[in-house]
Amino acid sequence: MPSDIAPSPASVSAPRFTSFPLSDPTITMLGGLIVVAAAIFGALAPSRFLSGDTLRAIAFQMPELGILSLAMMVPLMSGGLNLAIIATANLCALVMAAILTHLIQPSTPPLIVAAVIVLALLAGLVTALGIGSLTGAIVAFFGVPPILVTLGTMTLVKGTSVLATSGTVIGGFPPAILFLGNGSFFGIPVSLMLLILCAAVVAVILSHAPFGVSVGLVGSYERATRYSGVATEWVLVGVYVLSSLLCWVAALVMMARFNSASAGYAESYLLVTILAAVLGGVDPFGGFGRVLGLLLSLLLLQVISTGFNLLGFSPYLTAAIWGITMILAILIALLRDQWLVRFLRPSPAESAALQTRNPEP
Amino acid sequence: MPIAVRQLVAICRALAAQARLVVMDEPTASLTHTEIDALLETVNGLKAHRIATVFVSHKLEEVMRIAERVTVLRDGSRVGTYPAGDIDRYRLAELMTGHKLEPSLKPRLANEGAPILEVRGLTRRGHYEGIDLALRPGEILGIIGRLGSGRTELALSLFGMNPPDSGEIRVAGKSVRLRTNRTAIRRGIGYVSEDRLSLGLVMPQSIADNIVVSILRKLTGILGLIDGDRRRKTVSRWIHELNVKTSAPDRPVQELSGGNQQRVVLAKWLATDPRILILDSPTVGIDVGAKAGIYQTVDALSRRGIAIILISDEVEEVLHQTHRILVMLSGRITAAFDPGEVTERELREAINA
Amino acid sequence: MRDFLGRAVHRHDVQIGAIVLLMLAFFGMLSPGFLTLGNFADLLETYSVMAIMAAGLLVVLISGGIDISFEAIAAVSQFLVATILVRFGGNWFVAFSLAGLFGASLGAVNALLIYYLRAISVIVTISTMTFYFSILMFVTQGRSIYNLPNWFTSDLSLLSVPFPVTVAAAALVLTLFILSRLTIGRQIYGLGGNPEAAKRMGCNIVGLQCFAYGYSGFMAAIAGIVQAHRVEEVVPYALIGRELDVLAAVVLGGASLAGGIGTVSGTVLGILLLAVLQNGLTLLGVSSYSFGLVTGVVILVSVSATAYTAKRQRKRSIRHAL
Repeated sequence: MPSDIAPSPASVSAPRFTSFPLSDPTITMLGGLIVVAAAIFGALAPSRFLSGDTLRAIAFQMPELGILSLAMMVPLMSGGLNLAIIATANLCALVMAAILTHLIQPSTPPLIVAAVIVLALLAGLVTALGIGSLTGAIVAFFGVPPILVTLGTMTLVKGTSVLATSGTVIGGFPPAILFLGNGSFFGIPVSLMLLILCAAVVAVILSHAPFGVSVGLVGSYERATRYSGVATEWVLVGVYVLSSLLCWVAALVMMARFNSASAGYAESYLLVTILAAVLGGVDPFGGFGRVLGLLLSLLLLQVISTGFNLLGFSPYLTAAIWGITMILAILIALLRDQWLVRFLRPSPAESAALQTRNPEP
Repeated sequence: MPIAVRQLVAICRALAAQARLVVMDEPTASLTHTEIDALLETVNGLKAHRIATVFVSHKLEEVMRIAERVTVLRDGSRVGTYPAGDIDRYRLAELMTGHKLEPSLKPRLANEGAPILEVRGLTRRGHYEGIDLALRPGEILGIIGRLGSGRTELALSLFGMNPPDSGEIRVAGKSVRLRTNRTAIRRGIGYVSEDRLSLGLVMPQSIADNIVVSILRKLTGILGLIDGDRRRKTVSRWIHELNVKTSAPDRPVQELSGGNQQRVVLAKWLATDPRILILDSPTVGIDVGAKAGIYQTVDALSRRGIAIILISDEVEEVLHQTHRILVMLSGRITAAFDPGEVTERELREAINA
Repeated sequence: MRDFLGRAVHRHDVQIGAIVLLMLAFFGMLSPGFLTLGNFADLLETYSVMAIMAAGLLVVLISGGIDISFEAIAAVSQFLVATILVRFGGNWFVAFSLAGLFGASLGAVNALLIYYLRAISVIVTISTMTFYFSILMFVTQGRSIYNLPNWFTSDLSLLSVPFPVTVAAAALVLTLFILSRLTIGRQIYGLGGNPEAAKRMGCNIVGLQCFAYGYSGFMAAIAGIVQAHRVEEVVPYALIGRELDVLAAVVLGGASLAGGIGTVSGTVLGILLLAVLQNGLTLLGVSSYSFGLVTGVVILVSVSATAYTAKRQRKRSIRHAL
């Protein structure tokens, strides 16, 4: 990861002259792959795949992974990453779950229930803010590489969760909460609407808010951005706070779907979120990425997963395919860059830009 | 290790590998005057070891000092190869750019207005000491000195990135404390760093974003979000005004040539509506032809009333492009000159005193 | 002498060593069973598998990359070797050779992908990890191998030093030898410190990377069969999930994620730090549920302190660069 910190000044300040493939071709590629995948599965199992049930299954499964992927995307764009997203989501869920289960009995009047729910939500929010601020502060003001900081916060947060629950699960939430995960309005799952809302907010922030635009600039090259007068330390803090806030929303969805909270849920999601982001066009070096790409890549992964499920494939095989898909996507992007250089004859400067990817060994 | 020593290590490596041909690409970029002398002597010495040297440089004086033959490249093709005895600096410059370049002096500054920048007794231990200077709107002040003379440290202090220990800075008569570069920018001070590549531009990002990066907050409309229209207009305006040769502002800025990149950097700072602009070695690594373009731009800025501090390494540049020259040595200002009344030789002596 | 001490104090591994000593003293005082040979023997034995993996990961980090797939490689190699041994018999020499072969090959795949795809090591190794592990689980359906041959599981302690510890020591010594005495070790440091320069000097980049990742895979595979020896069975999913623990240990020991920095002594101290911490807490009767919390705090404080001192040193030496 970029990185970027005990090393010598030269490597800290060396600019990365890479230009990740433009997101638009990525989006078309993803769109194409989705259609192809859907067609293949549709052909292999038409009655079961191309049905409303399948769509509903996908629609319900995407949101938690989706919101978590958004939580991973923002730090990636800033040139870092957040290994603690799952742990943060779980801790937020536990905090909210504890309040809900302790203060709400079957006999509690609805007004109190509503107040407790609000209290629980606030508590979860504050937890997320705390974790995000701590992470952001250490990254921004101490200059520790995000991988390490979030490794530490992940261990710390998960440790807190485990200690608080002694490894047990807290469950049993009021219907209002459960509705978030399992209910629908006009056939669209509420959780999916939450995902779309979060995606829209993140997309607008990244492209139109001064903070969001700065995130990309910081991700590409923090030092030059700082010299240009951007308060990069605060941008970095904001990145991890935003990421943690998204984890809080994901926590809500998870709680609602599982009707329980635990220290160890969704751990296998962590690496999938990174995969989904990079597959979706987020530059792992930082600086570039589009929310639409992320959503499409998630959709693609989900289609593959559901399709294989329906075909009776073992979920392990599906996961293996996901791994290969990542490698393929990188290969295709590389080939396309080389094709561009060969056939479009760009100017020497453009060609140098395309070819001087600085690969990390 | 200091850069000069690192270069010697690199040369040793070549010798140890028993190279018979050594290619040096702009080797004197970060060296002081004495170090350059030493390097050029070493290169001459390689001849005795029967080692041939290809010395790539745009520093015409150095080329003339050591070359036996000079090959001139322009726009990707070879203009010609000339024996060193048959050619001089001015002919080289002409061959490189295809134009005759007439060096001239700056006309005296017209009005005597109130100073926009005053510095009194500015000191930072280990960096510089007792700096006094004053700058009027539209004035171009040249600061020249060897590496380590404190000029960049001073510039950074004026830009808020190197807080001084004592002394006073006044902008437009008001005393200011420049704690961060953001404060400095708010007060109308901009800094074009000497290292354009690593500090001036975010290379992989678009030309447009590089232009507006310092004024993002000024482009916002409803909900605190950036108004796309204003952004577009701002970008177009500066591309046009500074003549940045590009048809696609959303392309990465790294695709532009060096001269155009420098224009983008200037555009970024001009967009902040500065009253004072500090240019730290702005023409380093830019060939003779593009340099002329930069000088024209700097001139236009000064005529607009922007006060400019031009920090430079090159005597030529400072003599012909500034209204006043200050010489810095070991952290102090040791001499002040009027470009119209000092010879190149006197200036060099003052710098190397 | 004073100058030597002054400089030594700033060295990362000395600082970590000091912390380890402090912890030993602290726990030793509070808990009588701590500073006993028996306890230490147990400790070393428990963390030997981690130490072997850390030795491999260290080399990758020094080369400037990162490997998340080493535990998956360990699991796959462990399974393959065990299957072959059960079917065809063999001895320790065969076991180690096969493990080394499988591990190095799987690791080399990482290197080739990273080099030829010009991709970032985190992403590639995450993908290969997912792939290797998923295929393994698919093939085994999560079933363990219980019937390991007797010679494999029988106690091989040498002078009452448990076998895993011997292997771990050998692995660390080998790594130390390679990094400090062989040219390839210096080249790997060079590659990590300044990849551009390494390329221009004519180093065989792909060869170096194959070596680094192959070495990591090799060590992971060795760790895998040692683990199988310890617990006397091969459980496909047992090793997964602790990649970040090993990474934490190596980083605590001073290796830099950017490359070019890291030592075997530091890595050993990093592992010791975590081991002593957890062991000490256990003996104090602190619930194992609090390990995560404490370890997390230790990691955060340690990396923050390191980065902070590095930052201060850089500020002081900025004048040199100018």
